[in-house]
Amino acid sequence: MSIVIKGARILGGEPADILIEDGVVARIGQDLTGDETVEAAGLIALPGLVDLHTHLREPGREDAETVETGTRAAALGGYTAVHAMANTSPVADTAGVVEQVWRLGQEAGHCDVQPVGAVTEGLAGERLAELGAMADSAARVRVFSDDGKCVSDAVLMRRALEYVKAFDGVVAQHAQEPRLTAGAQMNEGAVSGRLGLTGWPAVAEEAIIARDCLLAAHVGSRLHVCHVSTAGSVEIIRWAKSKGWDVTAEVTPHHLLLTDDLVEDSPVGAYNPIYKVNPPLRTRADVEALRAALADGTIDVVATDHAPHPVEDKETEWAAAAMGMIGLETALRVVQEAMVDTGLLDWAGVAERMSYAPARIGRLAGHGRPIEAGSPANITLYDASVREEVDPGSYASKSRNTPYEGRTLPGRVVATFLRGRPTVLDGKLA
Amino acid sequence: MVFSLAEAIPHAQSHVHAVLEGPDINRALIRISHEILERTKGGEDVVLLGIPTRGVHLARRLAGHIRQFEGHPVPVGSLDITMYRDDLRTRPARPLGRTELPADGIDDRTVVLVDDVLYSGRTVRAALDALAALGRPRAVQLAALVDRGHRELPIRADYVGKNLPTSKSEIVKVYLEENDGRDAVLLLKEDGK
Amino acid sequence: MKRHLISAADLSRDDALLILDTADELARISDRSIKKLPTLRGRTVVNLFFEDSTRTRISFEAAAKRLSADVINFSAKGSSVSKGESLKDTALTLEAMGADAVVIRHGASGAPHRLAGWVRGSVVNAGDGTHEHPTQALLDAYTMRRRLGSLEGRRVTVVGDVLHSRVARSNVLLLATLGAEVTLVAPPTLLPVSVGSWPCEVSYDLDSVLPKSDVVMMLRVQRERMNAAFFPTEREYSRRYGLDRDRVARLHDEAIVMHPGPMNRGMEIAAEVADSARSTIVEQVANGVTTRMAVLYLLLGGDI
Repeated sequence: MSIVIKGARILGGEPADILIEDGVVARIGQDLTGDETVEAAGLIALPGLVDLHTHLREPGREDAETVETGTRAAALGGYTAVHAMANTSPVADTAGVVEQVWRLGQEAGHCDVQPVGAVTEGLAGERLAELGAMADSAARVRVFSDDGKCVSDAVLMRRALEYVKAFDGVVAQHAQEPRLTAGAQMNEGAVSGRLGLTGWPAVAEEAIIARDCLLAAHVGSRLHVCHVSTAGSVEIIRWAKSKGWDVTAEVTPHHLLLTDDLVEDSPVGAYNPIYKVNPPLRTRADVEALRAALADGTIDVVATDHAPHPVEDKETEWAAAAMGMIGLETALRVVQEAMVDTGLLDWAGVAERMSYAPARIGRLAGHGRPIEAGSPANITLYDASVREEVDPGSYASKSRNTPYEGRTLPGRVVATFLRGRPTVLDGKLA
Repeated sequence: MVFSLAEAIPHAQSHVHAVLEGPDINRALIRISHEILERTKGGEDVVLLGIPTRGVHLARRLAGHIRQFEGHPVPVGSLDITMYRDDLRTRPARPLGRTELPADGIDDRTVVLVDDVLYSGRTVRAALDALAALGRPRAVQLAALVDRGHRELPIRADYVGKNLPTSKSEIVKVYLEENDGRDAVLLLKEDGK
Repeated sequence: MKRHLISAADLSRDDALLILDTADELARISDRSIKKLPTLRGRTVVNLFFEDSTRTRISFEAAAKRLSADVINFSAKGSSVSKGESLKDTALTLEAMGADAVVIRHGASGAPHRLAGWVRGSVVNAGDGTHEHPTQALLDAYTMRRRLGSLEGRRVTVVGDVLHSRVARSNVLLLATLGAEVTLVAPPTLLPVSVGSWPCEVSYDLDSVLPKSDVVMMLRVQRERMNAAFFPTEREYSRRYGLDRDRVARLHDEAIVMHPGPMNRGMEIAAEVADSARSTIVEQVANGVTTRMAVLYLLLGGDI
C-alpha cells in the first residue's frame, strides 16, 4: 500500500511529490506514482506537529474532553503527537495512570498520546511521585510536570531536576510563585487596576524561572519552562541559554496573539472569561518580546496548552470561571498569523518550533523528523493561502472555549498523516 | 430671536400665522388678572402655580399685574408634572422641571394652575395628581393663555386668554420674552391640510 | 444615558449632570407629605444582592418604591447560589419574571457586565467586587455639590485602601468627568501598581495634601486587610493615614469630610471628626435615596 502526495511544497519550498510506503517516506521527487494519490498542489507540507502541552482531561473530566475527542482535535490541527498533561483526576502520578492514558491514545488512533507524569504526588508539591516507575512503564514517560501548579518548593524542585537525570527526563515547570499570585485573576497592570481584578504580576513567573534556571545549572539537569508569557522571562531564558545551560522554553499561540486589554474591551464584552487563562494574557510589549524570542530561538517551542472547559465553567462571572483556552485546532493558524505572515518565521522555522524541537525535548522517537526518505511518514498538509472565520461549531474538541470565535485567521489544515495513514483528509477526519 | 419654522415642523412645508402678538398677550393677561380677582374676592388666599416652563413665566406676570391692581403680593410657585405624565413611555426619560411651592404652602388656598396652552387636558390631569401629593387646596382653578380645543378629558379652564379653534394637524407655539426673547402665539399650519 | 449603569465611566459629563440635576429636583419634593411618585408604576426592579449590604439595598428599595416600581428583593447570600453558573441561571429567572431593571451587588468584579449580557432589562451596579460602585460616586458628587457648588476645579482627596475600593474607582472616574481634581492618598501597598495611569494625582503623605483639599473622603479599611501585611499595625495606619482632630485643623474652613460607611471609628476616622459639622456622613445616606431615584427614573422613566 503506497500513497503519493502530489505537488506539495515541503517547508514552503518547490513543489514535489512525496511517496509513502509502509508508513515511511520512501522517495521525494517528481512524477511519482502510488496506489493512492493525494492532490496537494499549492499546499505546504510540514512534519507532523508535536504538542508538548495538551490537557486531554481524561480520566476525570470527560465532560470537558476525552482522549478520543482531544486527539481528533489534535489531528484536525495537524498534530501527530501530543503530550497529555498530568493534572487529571486521578492525577497521572503513577505508572498505572500514565499507562491508562497511553493505552487510550493507542485505541483512539488519531495521533500518538505521550503521557506527562506528575512531579509530585497528587500535584500537591510535597513528595516526589514515582518518577522512575513512570519512566519505566509502557508509557515511557520522559516529561514530568505539575502543570497547573508550580513546583514552588526550591528543594523539591532541585531533587526533581536531579532525579530525572537517571532516565534522561526533563522537568517542565509551570512557573508561578504561589504567594505572589494568591487569588490572581489576570495580568497585573493598568487593566487589572481599572477592572478591580487581583493581579498576576510578571515577577511571579520570572522569579521562578530565574530560580529554576540556576537550579538546573547547579545540578546539571534539563529544565523546560512551560508557557512563557512575559518579556522579563524571555530575558532570563536568553541569559540562561547564553551560559550554555540546558534550558528550553515554550510559548502558547494565544500569548503570541492576544493581550490583556481584551478583558476590558472586546466584541464579547468586558470580563468575558473566554480570555481567562493561566498564565494570563499579557501586554502588547510582552507579545512583541515573545514573538522575537520565538523567532530567534530563545523560545524553542510553540505548545498549545489546549485546556478544554465545559460551557458552564466559562459562562460565569470572571472570578468563578475556569482558566484556560482550547488551542489544538487553531495553533498553526495563529502561528501563521503571528509569526509567518509578519515575516518573523519561515515554514522551516515553524517545523522546528512545532515539530522537531518539541519531539526532541520530549524524547519522542518517531516524531519531529524532516520529511525525507526514511522518515516515518508523519506529515501535515496546510493551505496557507486561505483566510476564514473561526467557527467553534465545527470543532472536534468537546469544549468550545476558544478566544478566537468570530475572528478571521489565515490557513487551513487540509490533511494529516500519522505513519502514512491519513487521519485527516480535505480538512475532515479521515 | 429668529423663529425657525424648520425647528417647529421639521421637514414640512408650512404656513405660519401669528394669533397673538405681544400687546395682545399683555391685554389677555391683564384681563385674566382681573377675572381672578373678581372670582376670588380680591385674590385672598390665592396661590398661582405655573406649569414649567412657560406656565411659570405666565404665573409670574399674572402675579405682577395683581400686585399692581391690589397692592399686595400673590404667592407664586411652579409645579412640575413630568413624573405624573401618562405618556412617559413614548419617549426617552425627560429632564425634570422645577417644583417650588410658596413658603406658606397650598393647604386651604385657592390654587390657580397656569399653563400656556390648554389642549387635550392631560397636562392638567397630571397637575391635579401632582398637586394632590403636595397638599390639599381649598379649590383649584385653571388659567390658560390659549385654549385650542380637542379635549380628551373632562377638564375646562376657568380663565382663558384666547379661544383658538384649531385642527389637530396644526401646531400652537407660545413664545415668551423670558424664555424666547419675544412674546407671540403662532399657529403653524402644514401645507395642503 | 446608556441602558445600564455599570461603571462611572459609562456616564458622560452631560449624563452625570442630568442625574445630579434630577436628584436636585427630586430632593425638593422629598420632604412633602406624600413621598410617593407614580412614575414607575408597572415597572419591576429586582434587587439582586449576592453580598450583604443592608444599607445599599434599603437605599435602592426606598428609591424604587418612592417611584412606585414593584420591588423584588433577591438575596443570594447563604443559598446555594455562590457559583457563577447560578448567576446565569438567576439571570434567566429574572428575565422570565420580566425585570425592567436589576440592581446587582456581587462579590466578583465584573459580575454586572456578565449579567447585562444575559438580561434585557437595565443593569445597575450596586457594587461589584473591588471594581466599582457608581451610584455611591453619584451620591458623593451630589453631596459635594450641595455643600460646595460646582465641582469644577474642586480638590478632592480620597484616603485609604484604594486597591480594594470600588468607591475609590468610581469616584476617581466620575469626579474626573465632572472636572474635579482628585488626589489619592494611601500607603503604596494599598494602591494599584498602575495607579499612575489613572486620571488623578497620588500621594503617600496625607498631611501635605490636606491644606489644599476641599473634600477629604476617608475609605473604610477592611478588617481582612489588617492581617495581610498591607501595613504593619492598625496603630501605625491610623497615625499615618487616619483623620483625627489635628489633621482636620489643617483643612480650610469650608472643607468637608466624607465617608461612604460603615466607619471604623478610631481607625481611619476619629469619632469627633465623623460627628463634626464638616462631616457629611449622615447626608450621604439621605442623598443616596434621591440619587438612586434619579438613576432609576432616567433609566426606566421613558421608553425602554
